Amino acid sequence: MQDFVQHLINGIGLGSIYALIALGYTMVYGILQMINFAHSDVYMIGAFAAYYVAKWTGLEQHPGVGSLMIILVSSIVVCGILGILIERLAYRPLRKAPKLNILITAIGVSLFLEYSGQVVFGADPKVFPDILMDSNLFNLAGVEIKTLDFTVLTVGILSVLFLNFVIYKTKIGKAMRSVSINPSVAAMLGVNTDRIITFTFVIGSALAAIGSVLVGMKYPKIDPLMGMMIGLKAFVAAVLGGIGSLSGAVLGAMIMGLSEEMVVAYLSSTYRDALAFGILILILIFRPAGLLGKYNVEKV
Amino acid sequence: MQSFKKPILSLMALLILGLGLNFGFNAFIQLQAKFIIINMILAMSLNLVNGYTGQFSLGHAGFMAIGAYVAAYLAMNWNFLPPELSILSYLLFVLVGGLVAAFAGFLVGKPSLRLRGDYLAIVTLGFSEIIRVALLNMDFLGGARGLAGIPGLNSFYLDFVFSSLWLVFCFFALWRLIKSSHGRGLLAVKEDEIAAEAMGIDTAFMKVKAFVVSSFFAGVAGGLYAYFVQFISPGSFTFLHSVNVVIMVVLGGMGSMTGSLVAAAIITILPEALRPLQEITGVDLRMVIYSLSLIILMILRPKGLFGELELPEVWRKYVRRSA
Amino acid sequence: MTFNTKSNYKVDQGATEGDAVACSLQTALGDRSTNDGIRSNRHWYKKIFLSLLVVMPVMVGCTKKEDEIVIGQYGSLTGSEATFGISTDRGVRMAFDEINEKGGIKGKKIKLITLDDQGKADEAASAVTRLITQNKVIALLGEVASGRSKAAAPIAQQNKIPMISPSSTNPDVTKVGDYIFRVCFIDPFQGFVMAKFASENLKAKKAAVLRDVKSDYSVGLADTFVKEFKKMGGEIVSDSSYQGQQDIDFKAQLTEIRSKTPDVIFVPGYYTEVGMIAQQSRQLGIQTPLLGGDGWDSPKLHEIGKEAINGNYFSNHYTTESTDPNVIGFIKKYKEKYSVTPDGLAALGYDAARILADAITRSDLSPKSIRDEVAKTKDFLGVTGKITINEQRDAVKSAVVVKVDGPERKFVTTVAP
Repeated sequence: MQDFVQHLINGIGLGSIYALIALGYTMVYGILQMINFAHSDVYMIGAFAAYYVAKWTGLEQHPGVGSLMIILVSSIVVCGILGILIERLAYRPLRKAPKLNILITAIGVSLFLEYSGQVVFGADPKVFPDILMDSNLFNLAGVEIKTLDFTVLTVGILSVLFLNFVIYKTKIGKAMRSVSINPSVAAMLGVNTDRIITFTFVIGSALAAIGSVLVGMKYPKIDPLMGMMIGLKAFVAAVLGGIGSLSGAVLGAMIMGLSEEMVVAYLSSTYRDALAFGILILILIFRPAGLLGKYNVEKV
Repeated sequence: MQSFKKPILSLMALLILGLGLNFGFNAFIQLQAKFIIINMILAMSLNLVNGYTGQFSLGHAGFMAIGAYVAAYLAMNWNFLPPELSILSYLLFVLVGGLVAAFAGFLVGKPSLRLRGDYLAIVTLGFSEIIRVALLNMDFLGGARGLAGIPGLNSFYLDFVFSSLWLVFCFFALWRLIKSSHGRGLLAVKEDEIAAEAMGIDTAFMKVKAFVVSSFFAGVAGGLYAYFVQFISPGSFTFLHSVNVVIMVVLGGMGSMTGSLVAAAIITILPEALRPLQEITGVDLRMVIYSLSLIILMILRPKGLFGELELPEVWRKYVRRSA
Repeated sequence: MTFNTKSNYKVDQGATEGDAVACSLQTALGDRSTNDGIRSNRHWYKKIFLSLLVVMPVMVGCTKKEDEIVIGQYGSLTGSEATFGISTDRGVRMAFDEINEKGGIKGKKIKLITLDDQGKADEAASAVTRLITQNKVIALLGEVASGRSKAAAPIAQQNKIPMISPSSTNPDVTKVGDYIFRVCFIDPFQGFVMAKFASENLKAKKAAVLRDVKSDYSVGLADTFVKEFKKMGGEIVSDSSYQGQQDIDFKAQLTEIRSKTPDVIFVPGYYTEVGMIAQQSRQLGIQTPLLGGDGWDSPKLHEIGKEAINGNYFSNHYTTESTDPNVIGFIKKYKEKYSVTPDGLAALGYDAARILADAITRSDLSPKSIRDEVAKTKDFLGVTGKITINEQRDAVKSAVVVKVDGPERKFVTTVAP
């Protein structure tokens, strides 16, 4: 029983990470109806940005919450700028193009970031610095819950609450919702669609940055291809929960994390990736709108 | 029964080319030639689905894997002919590999082709990854460590002849399919599915058919790959390999068979041609250039090299200047 | 808010200046010249770039000088096993530099061409093909990882180019053919070594195994450990796996292992994952000692595993605490040249290179005779011990067991075959 609880904790830990990244995917899809393949690589850049900032400023010698904040902020800034650049240079020219072209371009951007990362950072994995000493927070039925896992979970929940607040209770949120419903009408009504889209990308990238720093602290190995699998699974999580829905993304992510943990524990680790795709296929065939999504009827 | 004149002539031309390559060039260029042929088959088959039918599939590597493993396994365990005649049994094995891959294509296509655009892409990617993981877990097929020591034809010329046969078969089969009423049906599905349905074309059937044919040739290409490289592992058939084929199709022009041929040749040679750059700068910039070119291509010239036109039409339009 | 329809339309309709079909790209770009003058300049560069691309393959072939002995090396210079390739390469280079300084072999200098396989088996096969067909090497050195050696060996065998692996320990590697050799011990022995250490030195009765399912080496070593440990009366309480070069979370497997309370955990993987496994096991409260093989041997092990990896044991090819003057001299020279202590891979690279050079000296410089001379190697004094190549083309040597203490390896015991 104790092990099962431990697996539960592990699974929720995994799920929280997927949630942070899935939120980015779901937001961009909600606004632009495109899958931003490059999102997972923005996440990877965030991890490396944090790594290099820690290295160059010598912060890795001074672990603590203060250093963590500095690294987190720098990572967010770098990712935000990267998100803006990608949107501006790669996606904006293709806004009027068929969906397929944007998809291919997104793949291109993703590959470009991965391989440039390998060239610039070197393909060997790096070790993320110890910024925060991990410790036991409390004991639950003989199972230890670590500070780090708890932090990731809390940050995930806070992000969802924050996003919900922004999207449903603020003016800019209203603008975002209008752009996602119909961009041309929104533009006619005075919404600066370009600005809104950029804003969406910035928020998504910031979340990815936070996710990457937290993951870096938990799993210290970082390399230029680290985003690939995590990104795909987070995307599946977003689809599972209903793409375009924030709470859906979190729900989907939790389910993904827990099921992955169980599969590895009770079956074999080689199935962990196939599980993600299996879930994706099942969902798309049986309930394409996702668990919490709405089904849109296509009109001729 | 349509005439066999053109296919036979093309085959003979390729055989002569093969002789030239055999005696005139070194082993490395010969290896490139073989890979070019495999990539041509891959590109043409994917073009059928992505270009002509307008369905975006990212799962080509999975079908290639199936063809490769089936052909390899058969060659390693069921080779019933003496070594001198093995080319005939290999023909059979590659065919079987292709058929199994086609069947897999049917299983994948039937439920998935209802989905649209992005979703179809991700689902095909998903199926391809599932195939890969399934292979990872099949220890009798080498599992994660792959199958080494697959027997091949052990002679460049035989390899070249063998693959040329398949290349000619693939090209003419697809060409004739496209020029027929089936092909028109596919194009109709691409242009406007709902209108096509309204005109009486069974769109679901069309899409699945294209997918099955495409998977067949992907499997054939996989079998050829197994016999040439003589080592396969699930890691040889990843998402990145599917993307590679997509790049070929996009570069050549989605909807141009000859475009795929040219693009396949370019993409195969490109990494090797860029290798001196790597030796000079000391870093591997090839993939960076690759992906950057893809982005630029999509922004500036999404139609690719030939757009939707075939070689003779391109020649006429741009060389002879007659519209 | 410009609607960019004209571009698509124009390409279909318009025929502007153009040349032959091969320059249809040129045409596409030529289309835009009417819109934007600057752009046609940029496209000019593309034309040159493209024509260079066509010409490059011809330029790619190397010039070969007659007075050089060309040897090829392939290894993982990048990727998660990068230290293996880099260390081996350093050992090999040091050996060849020493020989070249003394005048080379039979008056000819050794030219070493090294290709990176990025830690992937496909790339290894491709690199070896390139070395043989393009660079025309007369012998090959590589690889460290058994999986990659296995992928490349058939190619070397087929082309009858002798290949010496410095540190592939899986028995299948040399079974590929009579042109494939190794200068290290093999895994049936290594598994026995660690099983013996576990049951005799650590008095372990129950063991758990966590293997890297993507590595021939790891799976082979895990299998022999299981066999030997059982023969010594031990019990395997858990046997799980992970995917090397990919997985970063091992908590699920470790939680299962924790519940079976083993006395030791055998982790015969490569250093990157082993470091993380050590960390995560301590995070889960597992204090059991971890055991491993020579795949642990890397300066990065401690960087990744930090405190968690201290106090664990692994088997290796040599120890830096050896009193053999040969070894001490080697370590000193290596430190002077590269400013780090050599690890087992560097030592084996050094030995492999020297054995190859020794064989070439006795040969007539044809790959066949080099092959024959390598097979005759007997009692060669390497820094990893006295090396004799037996009939299976493996080396018969002792192994050492060392304990991890920060960046150092404390010698524990030697086990002879």
